Amino acid sequence: MTLTLDLEIIGMVVLWTFLFGYIMVASIDFGAGFFHAFSLFSGTNHILANVIQRYLSPVWEVTNVFLVFFFVGVVGFFPKTAYYYGTTLLVPASFAIILLAIRGSYYAFQTYGAKEHKGYAFMYGLSGLLLPASLSIVLTISEGGFVSLVDGSPVLDYWALFTSPLTWSIVLLSIVASLYISAVFLTWYANKAKDYKAAAIMRKYALIWALPLIITAGGIIYELQFHNDVHYQRIFDLWWMFALSFLLFVVTVCLLWIRKNYGLALILLLGQFSLAFYAYGISHYPYLLYPHLTLYDSFTNQAMAISLIVAFLAGFSLLLPSLYLLLRLFLFNKDYVEGNRSS
Amino acid sequence: MENETALQFSRWLTELTLSFHIIYATLGVGVPLMIMIAQWVGIKKNDFHYTLLARRWTRGFVITVAVGVVTGTAIGLQLSLLWPNFMELAGNVIALPLFMETFAFFFEAIFLGIYLYTWDRFENPRKHLLLLVPVAIGSSFSAVFITMVNSFMNAPRGFDIANGELVNVNPLQAMVNPAMPTKVSHVVVTAFMTVAFVLAAIAAFRLLRGSDHVYHKKSLHMTLKIGLIFSIATAVIGDFSGKYLAEYQPEKLAAAEWHFETQELAPLQMYGILDGEEVKYSIKVPFALSMLAHGSPSAEVIGLDQFDEDVTPPLYIHYLFDFMVTIGMLLVLLSLIYWIGTARKWEFVHSSFFRWLIVLGGPLSILAIELGWWLAEVGRQPWILRGILRTSEAATTNQNVDLMLLLFAGLYFILGVGTIVVLARLFRNNPVEQELKDREAEKGGDEY
Repeated sequence: MTLTLDLEIIGMVVLWTFLFGYIMVASIDFGAGFFHAFSLFSGTNHILANVIQRYLSPVWEVTNVFLVFFFVGVVGFFPKTAYYYGTTLLVPASFAIILLAIRGSYYAFQTYGAKEHKGYAFMYGLSGLLLPASLSIVLTISEGGFVSLVDGSPVLDYWALFTSPLTWSIVLLSIVASLYISAVFLTWYANKAKDYKAAAIMRKYALIWALPLIITAGGIIYELQFHNDVHYQRIFDLWWMFALSFLLFVVTVCLLWIRKNYGLALILLLGQFSLAFYAYGISHYPYLLYPHLTLYDSFTNQAMAISLIVAFLAGFSLLLPSLYLLLRLFLFNKDYVEGNRSS
Repeated sequence: MENETALQFSRWLTELTLSFHIIYATLGVGVPLMIMIAQWVGIKKNDFHYTLLARRWTRGFVITVAVGVVTGTAIGLQLSLLWPNFMELAGNVIALPLFMETFAFFFEAIFLGIYLYTWDRFENPRKHLLLLVPVAIGSSFSAVFITMVNSFMNAPRGFDIANGELVNVNPLQAMVNPAMPTKVSHVVVTAFMTVAFVLAAIAAFRLLRGSDHVYHKKSLHMTLKIGLIFSIATAVIGDFSGKYLAEYQPEKLAAAEWHFETQELAPLQMYGILDGEEVKYSIKVPFALSMLAHGSPSAEVIGLDQFDEDVTPPLYIHYLFDFMVTIGMLLVLLSLIYWIGTARKWEFVHSSFFRWLIVLGGPLSILAIELGWWLAEVGRQPWILRGILRTSEAATTNQNVDLMLLLFAGLYFILGVGTIVVLARLFRNNPVEQELKDREAEKGGDEY
């Protein structure tokens, strides 16, 4: 029994890590799209266009694979989720696909294709706000209370979902977080590219979104006590992880404030979000969907679990050096970042 | 049945997504190989035209691959959204290749990003070409893994069912099922074949419309040669597929061939119409079905009489099969005539008429891909997992599928039109003559 227990946890940790990776890289992408659209309309044009061209275009497909990896992995490790989440998520997930399509086609049709179209840039920016909102719905649903079994089939109660304060606090947090993450990253990236004007604007955005971030994050925990008391209690058991996360947040903001060491600020931001994200995940354990589905009753058979983990290890050992190469060329290559090398 | 509407709309939405995605997926598998060949020939012959060919194909490829990523994400999610019961069951046995596919695509996406943005970063062009190898491997293996899942749906293996529970699951055996070898090779080879004919069609079209540049002639020559090789390979694999079907899915073969009565010395019925169980106006090729099914003119071929009606697919798949094979054969012929014609210096193969035929070959080869997938999917009905799970039992119970169908139809329309408009604008604004001139000017500038 101990072996199966281990497999379930390993599977979940792998998937959770990839989801975290997706949330980080996608937030940068979503936020940048929004800032770019905003700059088109506010007249601070072309400052961000460069960064989007140089950094986001080469990597957006890789970003997207993180998401695909996550949902394919979930169905692989926990096939029952396909039944529960697949049935209930038809509408929100379809909207998310459409929004992803807007982003993908923006890269395809605008940046590779030809001239900038304002309306398209606006849609692209808007999709960056709507995507975290629509994807975060999954987290809300997982808290339970929105899915009931009718004749044995799971049905999503839209009215309850959209009138719940919990839904809207999670939506708000997801949007604010992606703007904040993106702004901090772009501050660092623009500064590295010696584009000090862009860095100054991005630093301002990062500081603007810092306070709303903490308020919305606190708001979720506050709302959760009325919605799912079990989860709420478990979060308090892990208070030290959240406290540490908060501490890292404070230091990040201080560094931005005094305009020092943006690289360290970015690393601390990663630390802040990973602590909060894993603490949330651990406190959610063992439920995948309160109260219908746990890690254990949805898990696949042992043979499949082991082969998935072996495939993961093999694939990952191929992936890691390739990812490193990609980042070295587009993120850490001084000439490329500064724009001395073109495509 | 209450769930009838959700089922019907789920079928349509899946059909729509798959039909749309497969165009981009096929291009995604085939184009990297063509770019690789062109770039390699360019280096070998020290001929800039081929290098330019690789470069221009790459620019177009970026756009189709981006749309392919989007539609691929759609079909990936829709499998769980529309067929949750199927994914719950199949996830237990066939999740491994799905999982591996994401790695293959990961690999491809990373190196494609690097390849695209590093055209002039290397002193030695061979190093840049080397970056394309993982792209081509990644895209081909994506196709291999996904087709493994589809072959599992046709020939489920690697598990037992005891008291309604899945036991003795063996993921590797599920991957290497009897349908796998013919299906995987068919999908990969036809992707290469289709892309060769699509690119040939583009070159022929440019030659017909205003440009007589040798660049297009080189392109046409190269792609048709590749097309000939892969269309012959497709025909050979098609023969093996017939033998696979006769052995493991005889009802699919019998329905596709309108073979009603089990018999020896079975003839092959081509085209025709159906009047009850009587086939009219068809071309009968004696013994050909026995040959296709078992490789011997006297062999017995199982007919539809051996099956209950509720486990056989609809009989219209006969047309899907016939038109697919017809297009395949015509393309073999087309490229063969071109090849012999150029060797023998026939003027005919350079005439506008023949070039229009080559242009026609592009859309036809894509149509053959569509026909093939419709045949594969409709021919497996009523099963989603042959012999195990019926399609009607697998569909979602969600009542909003109709709305999603409309939404996605709109999306695919915009993406399809967008692709065509952007590709056309991209190449019209920067014709090859202009690009060659710019290149000359740049070179001149370097020397002085």
